[in-house]
Amino acid sequence: MTDLFAKFDPLIQQRQALLDSGVTDPFNLVMERVESPTVAICNGKRTILLGTYNYMGMTFDPDVIAAGKQALDDFGSGTTGSRVLNGTYAGHRAVEDALKDFYAMDHAMVFSTGYQANLGVISTIAGKDDYIVLDIDSHASIYDGCALGNAQIVPFRHNDTDALEKRLKRIPEGAGKLVVLEGVYSMLGDVAPLKEMVAVSKANGAMVLVDEAHSMGFIGERGRGVAEAQGVIDDVDFIVGTFSKSVGTVGGFCVSNHPKFEILRLVCRPYVFTASLPPSVVATAATSVRKLMDSADKRAHLWENSKRLHGGLRQLGFTLGTEEPQSAIIAVIMPDLETGAAMWEALLHEGLYVNLARPPATPAGMTLLRCSLCALHSEEQVGEILDMFASAGRATGCLS
Amino acid sequence: MPDRQQTFSKVLELIEPMNKKGVAITDATRFAQDLEWDSLTVLDFVANIEDEFDVMITMNMQAEIETVGQLVDSLQRLTAAK
Repeated sequence: MTDLFAKFDPLIQQRQALLDSGVTDPFNLVMERVESPTVAICNGKRTILLGTYNYMGMTFDPDVIAAGKQALDDFGSGTTGSRVLNGTYAGHRAVEDALKDFYAMDHAMVFSTGYQANLGVISTIAGKDDYIVLDIDSHASIYDGCALGNAQIVPFRHNDTDALEKRLKRIPEGAGKLVVLEGVYSMLGDVAPLKEMVAVSKANGAMVLVDEAHSMGFIGERGRGVAEAQGVIDDVDFIVGTFSKSVGTVGGFCVSNHPKFEILRLVCRPYVFTASLPPSVVATAATSVRKLMDSADKRAHLWENSKRLHGGLRQLGFTLGTEEPQSAIIAVIMPDLETGAAMWEALLHEGLYVNLARPPATPAGMTLLRCSLCALHSEEQVGEILDMFASAGRATGCLS
Repeated sequence: MPDRQQTFSKVLELIEPMNKKGVAITDATRFAQDLEWDSLTVLDFVANIEDEFDVMITMNMQAEIETVGQLVDSLQRLTAAK
């Protein structure tokens, strides 16, 4: 018998070598208690959370919690069904209405996760003779959406508008074209030049889908994302997003003004062949989305946090993923996986949780300590975070 | 159609900066196994090839191309079809 797991041997060995060096497993952390959007207890120690994507800190919002509890009482713990059968409750409609209001768009479709939203929309709307042109650094859910469908897939160099244009021009005349972009790329926290890219896509007859997972609630005057901030949201055909970041629960969605959009509910397999979100989840999401509309003060504070952390880390001597802070993600570039793991562990001992990101999830083989800020991080906490980076950096030799 | 040797030389030129292992390149060299390129490296390389030859090599086509020789043959076909 051939062991089907033999193909994983190189990864098993790499992981074992890392653990043998005595470092704590960075991919096996347990949060024993969660006190707030910014603090949890890990290994019995009070830990500041700087790697949660909980950008707007909605997870403990009293109105959000109350809505969830009420829905549990009124509708039970789960729907046990597909959205197209017994799985659409009043709450699912209510959260779709909240999204339509939030984005000022005609249609909204809620999926069970953000991953499934990309998987479903991309695999369904681009068929066999159509072309999908996507940024090379796209999220796994976008690549998996491409793999699930039958379209021709053409990647272009990250954030390179000329490369996008060249590829669009090489596509045969008359073929259907879908350009897939992200507002904020989650590994380095950099923002796409959507203004130029959407214009080039439209000029070449392509429809445009933008994943705003990491910008919703924070970027743009009303928190609609990078497309709003760069003034091109009206030219974007589909916006995909998630409830698992700024919204503070789980779920995914797509909003659009396309007149035929609703047909997707019948033909999109990752929407049809899975159970819908539990009533408590859609109730918390609807409440949170509506509150995010009027969160300008929190958005301003989050920008302050991002600027201060970026400037502070740079001053300490760390190499960062972007020259200027462009989002709520600050990526600290590590020289290699071993140093990255050691630094990650040293930060955890100091009382700080960040994400350790490694290839193939990262571009150009980079190892990153990815920090995502929250609007509820206080000024004092950002100061503490910088102190912890300074001492962990010295302890591991990252800083001299 | 351009000379196959010319196409091969051009491909070789684009492989070299990414040939971290210093592998000697022949028609039989495999991108994944011999050059040990991961999926992102392959995508970067293909983007360079596309712009050099002004052709489109979709990811669907990439699945069929395992060796340098197969890439050169595909490029011969694609440039002839233009």
